Amino acid sequence: MNDIDYNTALKELLFKMADDQYIYGHRTSEWIGIGPIIEEDIAFGSIAQDKVGHSLNIYQMLHQLGEADAEKLVFTRNENEYKCCHLVELPIGEYDFAIMRHFMFEHAEYIRFEMLTESSYHPLANLAKKYKGEIKYHIFHANTWLKLLAEGNEESKGRMQSALNQVYPMAMGIFEESPYEEILRSEHIFKGEAALKSVWMERTEEFLQSVGLQIPNNKDFSEAMGGRKGYHTEYFGPLLKEIKEVFVTEDPSASW
Amino acid sequence: MKIISLDPRVNRMGLEKDSSGTPLREGEQFQTYEVFHQKKRGQQHVHVGIVHAPSNDLALVFAKESFGRRGATTSIWVVKSSEVNATSYDDSDIFETTPEKLHREASAYKMRDKIEKLK
Repeated sequence: MNDIDYNTALKELLFKMADDQYIYGHRTSEWIGIGPIIEEDIAFGSIAQDKVGHSLNIYQMLHQLGEADAEKLVFTRNENEYKCCHLVELPIGEYDFAIMRHFMFEHAEYIRFEMLTESSYHPLANLAKKYKGEIKYHIFHANTWLKLLAEGNEESKGRMQSALNQVYPMAMGIFEESPYEEILRSEHIFKGEAALKSVWMERTEEFLQSVGLQIPNNKDFSEAMGGRKGYHTEYFGPLLKEIKEVFVTEDPSASW
Repeated sequence: MKIISLDPRVNRMGLEKDSSGTPLREGEQFQTYEVFHQKKRGQQHVHVGIVHAPSNDLALVFAKESFGRRGATTSIWVVKSSEVNATSYDDSDIFETTPEKLHREASAYKMRDKIEKLK
């Protein structure tokens, strides 16, 4: 075990976390101005802002580890250098989909950071402690909406069930394993995707059942893998193009 | 004859033109909640305004966003406005006091001389 392996494993973990948060934050920000009611517009918008803020902290951590600065990482990497999962790339859809994706993703974030509070990489452990309150609120927000809609009328219940059927296979992509799981575990950086997934399944299943939704049978779907290796959905290219638009077309050395 | 409106939400309700209205079911309409904000543990919760929400928990979410995002917050209360027991403005004269009731107010008592005398 040498430093190169340690750093490679750590960076792989940090990149996928930051990319997930950044892309999820960007997608969620697309709801600003068109949310169902103004207070919810503000709530979802501020959650989006939190996610982008989290990603900034992690990109800065990567910069400390020798990578380019946050701005360069976000605006100059190619599609296949992004390691986000497919779930966060999908277009915003309607509010049933938005809330279901939010629920799935934020629960995974909460458990991931809960585990990372014990990380041997102390900057990450400290960050994880700092994020706890914000993500706890994101979960409260997601659970509250999901319960309200799943226990609403026939239409809202039906729509939440079909959103669940659509999102569940995509959510499996969050837990796509990295080639460095073994190092992450043995070096106590992170307990690993498999451990994360099993806690996540337990917690989400318990909640979904409590509001009367049925988890789709995993024999009936194919899991959305590949994001962690740089393979993305058809929606990611146009999204990235939009993100980079100003930075790339104007003078890249300009300061903002 | 159904009411036809430019607002699709009205059409979806399928209201009869001559109906006297449809009764509201619980949860169908957002309710008004009074919001109380506490800056620091131990201090009073202070009334800061209202939010509209479809449930108690979402009222907390909306209250946090509207009143808890700026400055220090340790706790927020939300209470359904309909649960607040209030006096009527028609009865606001119950708070009036007449000059003849000075004997009930501390400022009407001049004790300084007596206290000085006892010293």
